[in-house]
Amino acid sequence: MNVSVHIRDYPGIPLKDRDIAEGRVLTTEWRVKARYAWDTGAALGRFFRGLKEGKIYGRWCPGCDRIVVPPRMFCEWCFRPTVRWVEVGDTGRVNTFSVSYVNWDASRSTVPRVPAVIELDGASPGMGIMHLLGEVGDTLEEILRRVKVGMPVRAVWKPPAERQGAITDILYFAPRPGGGE
Amino acid sequence: MGYRNRVAIVGAGLTRFMRRAQETGKELCFEAARMALDAAGLRPRDVEAVVMATAPDVFDGVHMKGESLADGAGGFRKPYMRSFVGGGSGVFAVIHGWYHVASGHFDTVLVVAEEKMSSCLPHPQAAFNGIYDQFLERPLGVNLLWIFALEMNRYMQVHGIPLETIALVSVKNKKNGLDHPCAQEGIPGHYTVEEIVGSEVMVWPVTRLMVSPVTDAAAAVVMVSEQVAKRITDKPVWVKGVGWHLDSSYWTNRDLYYPKYVEYAARMAYDMAGITNPRREIDVVEAYDPFAYKELHHMEGLLLCDKGEAPRLLEKGITARDGELPVCPSGGLLGVGNPIAAAGLMKVAEIFWQLRGEAGARQVSRPVRTGLAQAWGDLMQVGTVVVLGV
Amino acid sequence: MRVAIVGVGATPLRSLSTCASFRELIYEAAVKAYEDAGVGPGDVDTFVAVSEDYWEGTAIFDEYVPDQLGAVLKPVHTICADGITALAAAMMQLQTGRFRIAVVEGHAKPSNVLHPSHIEAFALDPVFVRPLGLNPRFVAGLGMRRFLAERGYTELDCARVVAENRRHALDNPWAAHAARVEPEDVLASEPLAEPLKELDVAPYADGAVVLVLATEEVARELRDDPVFVRGIGWAQETPDLSQQDWVRAVYCELAAARAYRMAGIRDPVRELDLAEVDDTFSYKELQHLEALGLARPGDAAAMLKEGFFSRGGQLPVNPSGGNLGAGYLLDASGLRQVAEVVWQLRGEAGARQVPGAEVGLAQSWRGIPTASGAVAVLAR
Repeated sequence: MNVSVHIRDYPGIPLKDRDIAEGRVLTTEWRVKARYAWDTGAALGRFFRGLKEGKIYGRWCPGCDRIVVPPRMFCEWCFRPTVRWVEVGDTGRVNTFSVSYVNWDASRSTVPRVPAVIELDGASPGMGIMHLLGEVGDTLEEILRRVKVGMPVRAVWKPPAERQGAITDILYFAPRPGGGE
Repeated sequence: MGYRNRVAIVGAGLTRFMRRAQETGKELCFEAARMALDAAGLRPRDVEAVVMATAPDVFDGVHMKGESLADGAGGFRKPYMRSFVGGGSGVFAVIHGWYHVASGHFDTVLVVAEEKMSSCLPHPQAAFNGIYDQFLERPLGVNLLWIFALEMNRYMQVHGIPLETIALVSVKNKKNGLDHPCAQEGIPGHYTVEEIVGSEVMVWPVTRLMVSPVTDAAAAVVMVSEQVAKRITDKPVWVKGVGWHLDSSYWTNRDLYYPKYVEYAARMAYDMAGITNPRREIDVVEAYDPFAYKELHHMEGLLLCDKGEAPRLLEKGITARDGELPVCPSGGLLGVGNPIAAAGLMKVAEIFWQLRGEAGARQVSRPVRTGLAQAWGDLMQVGTVVVLGV
Repeated sequence: MRVAIVGVGATPLRSLSTCASFRELIYEAAVKAYEDAGVGPGDVDTFVAVSEDYWEGTAIFDEYVPDQLGAVLKPVHTICADGITALAAAMMQLQTGRFRIAVVEGHAKPSNVLHPSHIEAFALDPVFVRPLGLNPRFVAGLGMRRFLAERGYTELDCARVVAENRRHALDNPWAAHAARVEPEDVLASEPLAEPLKELDVAPYADGAVVLVLATEEVARELRDDPVFVRGIGWAQETPDLSQQDWVRAVYCELAAARAYRMAGIRDPVRELDLAEVDDTFSYKELQHLEALGLARPGDAAAMLKEGFFSRGGQLPVNPSGGNLGAGYLLDASGLRQVAEVVWQLRGEAGARQVPGAEVGLAQSWRGIPTASGAVAVLAR
C-alpha cells in the first residue's frame, strides 16, 4: 500500500513557455463569444436612471430600519420587501482602499488606480458601494499620504450629456475638503 | 454533536503543482484519482460515486467543465456530481463526499479536485473579472487582487498590523514548502521579510511575494463508511466535523476586517466534532493562505485566537512546524502553489498525512490527533471547514 | 429516514423577464415556496442552488445565491448539475441527520445570453469537436438520426411528441410556449441539423423554481400532504461523444434503476401515475421513455400515437407541456418538473390535473453534449 512517505514519483509533466512557443507541444486555441445583456430589473433599473440624473438612490427596509445601497426590492436580512425610494447623498467616507498597478487582465500598469469601498452619507451606517478614488495623487507615496480610512469624499460625475445610466456615470470619488471628522 | 454514519478518509493522491502542465484536466484528474485509489488499496469498480470540485469553468475553457472532467475522474457510468463554491471548493469537496456517505447512500466515494488554470489567456487572473457584480463593478475595470487588497488594508488598519508582520506568513510558508515534493518550481524558498515587503507592489498593500501563484494540479481522496474503513485500513482518518457558510454578496453588509463566514463555518464544524476549545483541541491546522494576510485573518475566524491576535502567534513562532499550533506545515498555497480547488484538497490531504504520521519531512513535531483544513472563496465570502481526527 | 417536499414556489415561465433581475426573479419564487411550506428562511438549515457560470455570465455565480433566498451567513453551496441532482444533494444532507429543512433553487435567464449557441458550443471538447466549428445542435442531429435508424421511429413520430406536449401546455398557466402545433407544422419547420428541425427543439424560457424539503418528522408537522421523495438517482455516462451510446440514454437507465430500487418500484408502467420526461429535443422523449422502462425499445412512438401517454391516457407524460411546451429552463428544468409532479400529487394542478395521482416521476437531462441526468420518484 502506497502512502505519502513511500511515493517516489508525483505525476505531472511541467511545461515551460518555450515548449509552447517553439512548438514542442501542440496547442489549440478558442475565443468564446460570451456576451450577455442582463436585465437590471426593478431595483437597479431605477438606480441607473437615478445615476443619469446625478442622483444615488437607495431603498428603505422597514423591518431592519436601514436604508440600503445599492437598492434592492427586498431586504436580504429580514427577507421582507423594501418600501420607498430614498435619495442618499453623493458624499461619503472611505471604508477601505487600495492602490492598483495591475489591469483587469493582469498586465502591469505604471499609472496607479485607487479602488475603494465608500460608505455613503444618507444611507445606513456602513452602507455603500465599491468605486474608484480620484484626485488623490499619482505616486504610491502621495496616495498613501492623502488617502486615509474614514476620509470624507464626494462623487465627481460625468457631465449630464455623457451619462449613460451606468455606474461609470460617476467618474470617481474625490477628497471632500472641510468634510469634518 | 456527531452524525449518523461515521465517514473516514482512507487514501489521498496529489499531482505535482505546475505553472503549466502538459496533462489535460482529465489527465490530471486521472493521475490524482489513481494515486488515491492505490493508496487506499481500492480499484475503480469499488467506487460507488464520484464528486468533483473545480473552480471557474473559464480556466479550462470549457462550459460545464464538470461534465468534461467526469471520465478522467472515474465517473464513467457512475453517480457523479460537481459542487462549486469558488475557492472554497477544495475543502467543500470533502464535505460533499461526506454527505454522500454519511447519508447512507454510498459506502465508497472518490473525491477529486482539479484545476488547470494555465489554459486561460491572457492570464488566469483576467478570468476573475467576471466574479464581480456585472452591473455595479465590472464596468470599473476591476482586478481580482483589489478584493484582497481592500480586505487586507481594512484588517491592517483596524488592528494596526504592520506589513512586516504579515510578510512573516510568506516567509514561514515558503520555507515549509521546500519540504513538499509537489511544490511548484520557484515557489518555495528561503526569503527574508525585506524581500517579501520589497517585492513588486501589485495592488497596495499586496506585494508579489505575498500572493500565491497560478498553478495546474489535481488532488483526490477516498472517503468511505465505517464498515469499509475498518476492512481496508487500520489507520482511518475520521471526519469529525464539517461546516460551511456563505455571506451576502453586498460589500457593505460585512466588515472586511473579520471573516464572519469562516467563524460560522468553524462553529458548525466544531459543534459536530464536539470541540469547545479549538486552540487547545486542534493539533494542526491548514488554513487557506492564497495571500499572506489571509492565514492570519482565517486563524482568527477559526477562533484559534482572539481578533487581532493572530500576528502575535505568528511572531512568537507558535504557528511554525515545531510550534504549539502548527499552521500550514505543508507550505500552503504560498509555499506549494494555488491550483484553486486542488489546493484546498491538498490541505485536506496534508492533514490526512499528518494525522497518520506520514508527512515525512513536513511532519510536525508535536503528536497530532485532531487536525483542521479550511478554504475560502467566492467573492471572499464563503468559508469551508473540515475537522479530521484519528 | 424519509425526506419530503413541503414547499414549492415558481415564477411563470416566459420568453423574456425584463421586469426582473435574476435576484428579483428568484426572490419571487423563494417567497412563494416559503409561504407554501409555512416556514421562513430562518428555519432553513442548508441551501443548494444550481447554476453554470457561462449561462449566467458570471465567474462563480455561487456568490450571488444567498441574498434572494434569505440565506445570508448560512450553509449554501452550488451544484453544477441539473435540478434533480441538486434535489438529491439536499436530500442526502437531510439524511445525515444533521439538518431538518433544506431549500433547493434553480433559475434560468437564457434571454440574457446573446449567443446561446456559442455557449453550448463552448461545452464541446476543445480538441476533438469544437474546432469543427459546427452549430452545437449538430450533436442532437446525429443522435436523432442514429436513434431513428436503430429503432425504426420516424420524424413524424417525433413531431407527434411536439404536438402533444405543446398542446398539453395550453392548460398550463405557467407555460411559456403553449400552442396548437400540428405534426405537419413540425415537419415543415426550418431544418437545423437534419433530421432535427426548429420545432423539434424546446424553446428557451426564463424563470425560477424554489423547493423546500424537510425530514419526515418535520414534514408532517408542516403539512398533512407532504410529497415524499421515494427514490432518486443520478448518473453520468461519459462526456466523450465518441463513447456515448447514441441509441440508449444510458445515464437515464442508470439513474432510473437507482431511483426505482430505492422506491421499491418493479413495474413502472403500472405503478406510476404520471411522468415528467425530458423532451429538450423531441426524439429525446421517446429515448427517455424507453430508458425509463415505460416503453419497450421500438414501441414508444406507437404507444404515444395511441394516446397511452396523453393526459387522459394510461400514463400521462408531460402533463405540464414538458420543456417543449413550458419552455426550456436550462438546468432548472428538473426543478420545474419536480414542481409539476408535486402539484399533481397534491391535487393542485388545475386544468391539467391527472385524476387520483399518487406516484409521479421526474426525469431530467443536462442537454448537449452531456450524457448526464437524474430521475426522482415522488409519492404521497
